[in-house]
Amino acid sequence: MNIYKYASPATFYPLAGRLIPWFAVLAAMLAAVGLYLGLYLAPPDFQQGEVYRIIFIHVPTAWMAMIIYLVMAAYGVMALSFNARLSSMMMEALAPTGAMFTVLALWTGALWGKPTWGAYWVWDARMTSTLILLFLYVGYIALTHAIEDKKRADKAGALLVIVGSVNVPIIYFSVKWWNTLHQGASVSVTSGSKMASMMALGMLVMALACWMYAIAVALVRVRAIIIERELENGGAANWLNTLDTQDMQVGLGKPRQLTR
Amino acid sequence: MALGPVKSGKGEPGQAEFAPEQGFLRAIARDTRLAFRSKGEVIQALVFFVVVVSLFPLAIGPETALLKRIAPGVVWVAALLSVLLTLPRLFASDYQDGTLEQLMLSPFPLPVMVAGKMGAHWLASGLPLALIAPLLGLQFGLDSRELGVLVASLILGTPILSMLGAIGAALTLGVRGGSILVALLILPLYIPVLIFGAGAVEAVAAGMDYGANLSLLGAGLLIGGLTTPFAVAAAVKISLD
Repeated sequence: MNIYKYASPATFYPLAGRLIPWFAVLAAMLAAVGLYLGLYLAPPDFQQGEVYRIIFIHVPTAWMAMIIYLVMAAYGVMALSFNARLSSMMMEALAPTGAMFTVLALWTGALWGKPTWGAYWVWDARMTSTLILLFLYVGYIALTHAIEDKKRADKAGALLVIVGSVNVPIIYFSVKWWNTLHQGASVSVTSGSKMASMMALGMLVMALACWMYAIAVALVRVRAIIIERELENGGAANWLNTLDTQDMQVGLGKPRQLTR
Repeated sequence: MALGPVKSGKGEPGQAEFAPEQGFLRAIARDTRLAFRSKGEVIQALVFFVVVVSLFPLAIGPETALLKRIAPGVVWVAALLSVLLTLPRLFASDYQDGTLEQLMLSPFPLPVMVAGKMGAHWLASGLPLALIAPLLGLQFGLDSRELGVLVASLILGTPILSMLGAIGAALTLGVRGGSILVALLILPLYIPVLIFGAGAVEAVAAGMDYGANLSLLGAGLLIGGLTTPFAVAAAVKISLD
């Protein structure tokens, strides 16, 4: 089986359409199991009581925020070295989801911080680094939206994400340095090894759920991006007509009448 | 000002003409000359720097202890913003009149030419900022040791700002909303430089060892000097094709 044929947007489109329901259902099931584990089965924390349970959203979203940026960087490398359109489209599809996860991580982190540390925002190393990660996402989205020529936008965005991803460890290290020097609040998230196994399992399941969700959403978005770009190029009419009507209806609604 | 190979009087023809150092020297000489020809722009960036630094005491109050505490951060942030404002100058005029394309086509490697441009940009923006910073530090009540470290941190840090900024400037060539967009792209990358630069002065103010901060800035300068020319060259090629 030749998988490289799916590197073309035209053949990837129906494949994505077939994959979306699987990932969506997986995400929903894993989320249900994870939330059940986290909100019901896991014991209350020794120090924090019940409020720690926000960790089951906070940590998975923070992980996803970072992983998605790395995946975007990988797509960026592919886009620049293979000149592949689909890689750039996947990058574009992932960016809003990554930004959303970053915002969720920051938001839930702040909500968790108020009852435990007494403040919504404390400028500790991880929080600050996640904020900077959000700026990196927003910068990528701004750049790709500002450049009109799609090919140039793709490559510029890819370069930006690669430079950003190289900088992420540097940024994290420098923020950690800054934080320890300035004697930040003595906060400590429950470390993984001391966590009850039920908590760890719940976090892991929720992380998988977020991952499946991210894939499903990215596939839906990339299908929309494929259609938009084909329409811009003017070649949409013929290509769209080759698609099965049923397949068109996944994620697109009623197919447009493109030919008389 | 010739950018391509010029017959040198000495040596055999075709020997040293295409050497990368020649390209670097030519690029840096040309851009420095152009930058200092319009001294107004250089001075404008300096004045912006001074004005922004002076805004903080006006906003916060003249209490000496407080000003002394915030001085490193304020001076560094103002330096950041001033360098950001001068970034469009790096490529814009060359892009508009086609010189940038000629640079791409010249026999000298593009990373080398771009490194020359970044060096010239620093000479016309970062270096003057670093030299005028002691005056501003005095305004904030810093003593001589702190002023020395402030200048050192700026001299080590502002080239990094020029280099990272060049990536942003090259990516956004000819794009509408240029200046703010460059700021949005580059400021997250500037943050480590800011942390170590201001941190060096704060360390000496607190009586601690500032060598680590300056060493990290130096390391950043070296790594940046080796890698950013290639990134900027790639960005220029992306923007021009």
